[in-house]
Amino acid sequence: MTHVVVDPVTRIEGHLRIEAEVEGGRVKDAWSSATMFRGVELILKGRDPRDAWAFTQRICGVCTTVHAIASIRAVENAVGAVPPPNARLLRNLIIASQCVQDHVIHFYHLHALDWVDIVSALSADPAKTSALAESISDWPLSSAKYFAGVKDRVKSFVERGQLGPFANAYWGHPAYALPPEANLMAVAHYLEALGWQRQFIRAHAILGGKNPHLQSFLVGGMATPIDPDRQASINVSTIAMLRDLTRSAREFVSQVYIPDLLAVASFYKAWAGYGGGVGNYLVYGEYPEEDRPNPPLFLPAGVIRNRDLSKVAPVDPAKITEYVKHSWYEYAGGDEQGLHPFKGETKPTYTGPKPPYKQLDTAAKYSWLKAPRYDGEPMEVGPLARMLVAYASGHAGVKQHVGDVLKKLGVGPEALFSTLGRVAARGVETLILAEKMDEWIAQLEANMHRRELRIHDNSKWEPNTWPRDTTGAGFHEAPRGALGHWVHIVDGAIANYQCVVPSTWNAGPRDASGKRGPYEEALLNTPVADAAKPLEILRTIHSFDPCIACGVHVVDARKRTLSRVRVV
Amino acid sequence: MAEARSWFDAELERRGVSRREFVRYCGVMAAALALPRSAAGKIAAAIQRTEKPVLVWLEFQDCAGNTESLLRASHPSVADIVLDTLSVDYQETIMAAAGFQAEENLARVVKDKKGAYLVAVEGSIPTGIGGAYCTIAGRSALEMAREVCGGAAATIAIGSCAAFGGLPAAAPNPTGALGVADAVPGLKNLINLPACPMNVENLTALIVYYLTFKDLPALDDYRRPLFAYGKTIHDNCERRAHFDAGQYVEAWGDEAHRSGYCLYKMGCKGPVSYQNCPVTRWNEGTNWPIGCGHPCIGCAEPDFWDKMTPFYRHLPAVPGFGLGTNIDKIGLGASAGVAAAFGTHGIISLLRRARGGRLKAEHIPPPPPVPEGDEPARDEKKGASS
Repeated sequence: MTHVVVDPVTRIEGHLRIEAEVEGGRVKDAWSSATMFRGVELILKGRDPRDAWAFTQRICGVCTTVHAIASIRAVENAVGAVPPPNARLLRNLIIASQCVQDHVIHFYHLHALDWVDIVSALSADPAKTSALAESISDWPLSSAKYFAGVKDRVKSFVERGQLGPFANAYWGHPAYALPPEANLMAVAHYLEALGWQRQFIRAHAILGGKNPHLQSFLVGGMATPIDPDRQASINVSTIAMLRDLTRSAREFVSQVYIPDLLAVASFYKAWAGYGGGVGNYLVYGEYPEEDRPNPPLFLPAGVIRNRDLSKVAPVDPAKITEYVKHSWYEYAGGDEQGLHPFKGETKPTYTGPKPPYKQLDTAAKYSWLKAPRYDGEPMEVGPLARMLVAYASGHAGVKQHVGDVLKKLGVGPEALFSTLGRVAARGVETLILAEKMDEWIAQLEANMHRRELRIHDNSKWEPNTWPRDTTGAGFHEAPRGALGHWVHIVDGAIANYQCVVPSTWNAGPRDASGKRGPYEEALLNTPVADAAKPLEILRTIHSFDPCIACGVHVVDARKRTLSRVRVV
Repeated sequence: MAEARSWFDAELERRGVSRREFVRYCGVMAAALALPRSAAGKIAAAIQRTEKPVLVWLEFQDCAGNTESLLRASHPSVADIVLDTLSVDYQETIMAAAGFQAEENLARVVKDKKGAYLVAVEGSIPTGIGGAYCTIAGRSALEMAREVCGGAAATIAIGSCAAFGGLPAAAPNPTGALGVADAVPGLKNLINLPACPMNVENLTALIVYYLTFKDLPALDDYRRPLFAYGKTIHDNCERRAHFDAGQYVEAWGDEAHRSGYCLYKMGCKGPVSYQNCPVTRWNEGTNWPIGCGHPCIGCAEPDFWDKMTPFYRHLPAVPGFGLGTNIDKIGLGASAGVAAAFGTHGIISLLRRARGGRLKAEHIPPPPPVPEGDEPARDEKKGASS
């Protein structure tokens, strides 16, 4: 038995540590630990709820829109503000462009090097690489000369002797399976994607002033004026820029990302058999299509259990509880119980080893993440959960694209419950959103044309228009999954604030009954060829797209608000 | 030298860049940094060096927003920075190595390049519970910062968390978070590039400056480069004429808002915020927050989460009114000056901090000399924040 520690897990957002027992070349048990804590909710107490989006936004700079969206929805729910149709459309466009850009960055810059061996690319034949690229896509940058240039660039980089961020990785590991030409093609697209994401995210600058940390959110609407006759507003010229960017997204995703995904996956089909995890999936749903309470959603909400695609249950937020038996917090009533976020309490109680340390005591508390459970069960959230719920709910676009991917890889739907399934679902979601965005742009344009220019519900802006004591909840599907914010407002100030976040669901530790969290469960039986180079562990962990800063920040101020919290 | 030249010329040729174009680029960079034209030659020489300077990038209590900002770099692009300009030997979010191999890379730089490498820090450094609020490979952020920043040629605190403590340090500062200057006092050659996140244009300008002159740019008394933080948002704002004319946005989406009038009444902190957003803008010059209709929140100022909030309450008084004297006739801050603007907020934040059990002294050691002719104009601000 070998005890493997991966800390830091790199190519993620935040600070994550994985410990695993490896026996006979397989992971026998695993523990996921988050090693950073800030306490954002505690900082929010007493502040103006209209400012909360900017504070919570800084929970994460990678998914830089998600906590802002959840926050304004929660406060709007509490104070009764109703954003006008243009605000819904602007938000849908911001959310979708975040998801598209984030997924592309994840595939190429955070995940690809688990599958792609850069060193092997140096022995690729550019002509064969060109033939491979042209056989799978119409993307124009595919000539032998182009790939020879990329190869030269990498070669000149390597020959200068300073490998920088590519030094000391697992190059040459026996688990790398791509031929040199596929590696070279992927390296070329790694570099192209760096440039593409920078261009595409200008959509966020148009709609939010800047990226990261867009600055156009408002409780009750958006701050981006719309007027076809003003240069300081979203007008036909900015709409044209947006269309240009969404077109570039459709092209890049359909001609580069998806073909690369299929090409890489075809060499790693064994990974459809690893990394399945807990097999339960939770989705809050996203992209409201109408302006009314409980609107229809483009991507539906639902719960799937035990990999049973024949049943999608509705989501009941009352079934959410959090455990701290293995988290560095304590409950007044004892750590055996699970508490709903509205009744939750968080007292940071660090009992881990004093830094510097070599190993965590995983029998005791071992993470800054709590362990959320739905109806007592761990749930996976994220693109795979969303695509499974949409697929099982009969979503036409999702069914078609998921079906295409499965067919091209020659596998059945059961292959989705895996590390590879997560990678594929993320690609399918990117494609569907890239195709969808122009619809919302067209609606925005139509509103502009008929002089529907409202962007904000001014009637609930001033705190004196709010109930004296009120609570609200805001739900959102972040790129990494189901996100919920809960707020309690008294006399115009935040009395309590709670977030239950995608990476808390996925990366959380064991609960009071000893049930593993999704990362921990997914690692079981993962092959590990060389315990000193646990490339395979990274593959499965990265397939979830960890965002640990998001997960760890839960501080409940209930002690200071006591029984004034009520469930909406 | 001949070798370096041939490598560099080959590189230019491969990219289809003529030597003349390259020299012109260096001239543009010199202009961006407000340097004399003669500096272009030095910039060109610096960029052609064979041995790339080593940069390590530490992430502590961060959101990776500054790392994401780095990925938006265009001149030079992030690929150029990572492959050609610098040797980025440690950057958790992009590096291929993980676990102990990643830490080996860092240890090697600290040992082999002592006194010669650059370090960028993103995120604040928690001092509570013996450093256990943030550990990497079992080591506390504080221990890592002391070691890695202590051995560096220069430290760049990137983003407001690393510069001033930022969000984690906002009242009541649950984890005892500090910026680099406070967590590791006495560091030589510390530069702050605050903002939330920092605008990568300012980082690339700083890198080029450093490579060119092997020296630090002139800094203000918060150790921010004057080339980026020498003037207020208000000084350069494209809506300034509306401020002077007394034309203000009164409600989100009203005629004035759609027409791009001044956001002062909606809470804009531009008059007390030093940064070059109106000039560089964001995302390759596409836009900036005020350009999209939202007020400035003053994100490059120390403790802005406490001092600039509530974000939507307007500053009581700003000196330099034009025609629109005595905004909305309330005249909250009768006495002129930025200090008055901080009156209410300042008191509230002091109370908050006192409640949180922590009153912070001035962040930054005494200012380095400011070049002649540059107007520091920081006295009022210092008075307000102490």
